[in-house]
Amino acid sequence: MIVEQITFYIFAVITVISGVLVIGSRNPVHSVLFLILAFFNSAGLFVLMGAEFIAMILIIVYVGAVAVLFLFVVMMLHIDFSKLRAGFTRYLPIGCVVGIILLVELILVLTTGTVDFNIPKNVISQIPNPEAISNTEALGNLLYTQYAYLFQIAGFILLIAMVGAIVLTHKKRNEVKKQKISDQVNRDPNTAVTLHKIETKEGGTWKSD
Amino acid sequence: MEIGLTHYLTVAAILFTLGVFGIFLNRKNVITILMSIELMLLAVNINLVAFSTYLGDMVGQVFAMLVLTVAAAEAAIGLAILVVYFRNRGTIDVEDVNVMKG
Repeated sequence: MIVEQITFYIFAVITVISGVLVIGSRNPVHSVLFLILAFFNSAGLFVLMGAEFIAMILIIVYVGAVAVLFLFVVMMLHIDFSKLRAGFTRYLPIGCVVGIILLVELILVLTTGTVDFNIPKNVISQIPNPEAISNTEALGNLLYTQYAYLFQIAGFILLIAMVGAIVLTHKKRNEVKKQKISDQVNRDPNTAVTLHKIETKEGGTWKSD
Repeated sequence: MEIGLTHYLTVAAILFTLGVFGIFLNRKNVITILMSIELMLLAVNINLVAFSTYLGDMVGQVFAMLVLTVAAAEAAIGLAILVVYFRNRGTIDVEDVNVMKG
C-alpha cells in the first residue's frame, strides 16, 4: 500500500505544480509544455484509479491533439506576449481572493466530513472484475449498447467542430489559379467568340486589340 | 492514510481552482484562458473517474469520455476563432473583443 501512496503523491504533486506553472509562466510555449506534463501525470492518476482506457485516451486526445494544436497556434501567431501580461499584477489580488476562497471552501467540504460519502449506491453498471474483463472491454460493452446514442452524438459534435474550424479558418486566395467548372459550363459563344473582318492580304499584319 | 476518494477530489479541487485563478490572472491572453479551461475540464474528469471507482460504477468513465470529446471540440473551435480574430485585428487582446458592440 505504501507504494500506491507514494505513487499517488508523486503524480498529484507534479500535476498541481505543473498546473500552477501553466497559468503562471511568462512564455506561452512553456505553458503548453507544462499543460502536457499535467495531462501525463493525471493520466497516471487515472491508471491508479483503475481507468486505464480513459488514461490512454487522455494522453492521445489531450497531448496528441489538443496540446499540439495549442502549440501550433502559439507558434503560428507571432504575438507580443509581454503586452498581454500587462494586467497580470492588477488582477492578482482579486484573483487570489476568489481562488483562495474557492479552494478553502472545496477542501473544507471534502475533508471535514460535511458530505457523507456513503451514498446509496444505485449502480447502473457494475465495474467487472478486472481480471476477467479488462477496463477497455467493459467500457466498450457499455458505450456501444446502452450509451450508443451518446456515442453517436459525441461523433456529431466532433464533426461539427471539424467543419466549423475549417469554415472559420479557410481563407479564399485570389492568386491561386483554380478551375471553376460552373464558369466554364456557363460560357456562351456570344461573349467567348469575337469575329473580326480581316482585309485580303492584311492577315499577317493584323493585331488583336 | 489510505488513498481514497477524498484525496482524488482534493487534487481535482486544487486543479479546478487553478483554472479559475488562471482566468482571473491572464485576463488579456486568450490562449492561457483556453488552457485554464482545459485544466478545469481535466479536474472535472478526475472527479468523474474518482466517483466511478468509488461507487464501482462504469458509467462515470463513459461520461468522462464524453467530457473529453467536448473539450477537444471546444479547443479546436476556440483556437479557430482565435486565428480568425488575430488575422482581422493583428492582436489577441480580449479587451477589445467588444468592437462589434453598437
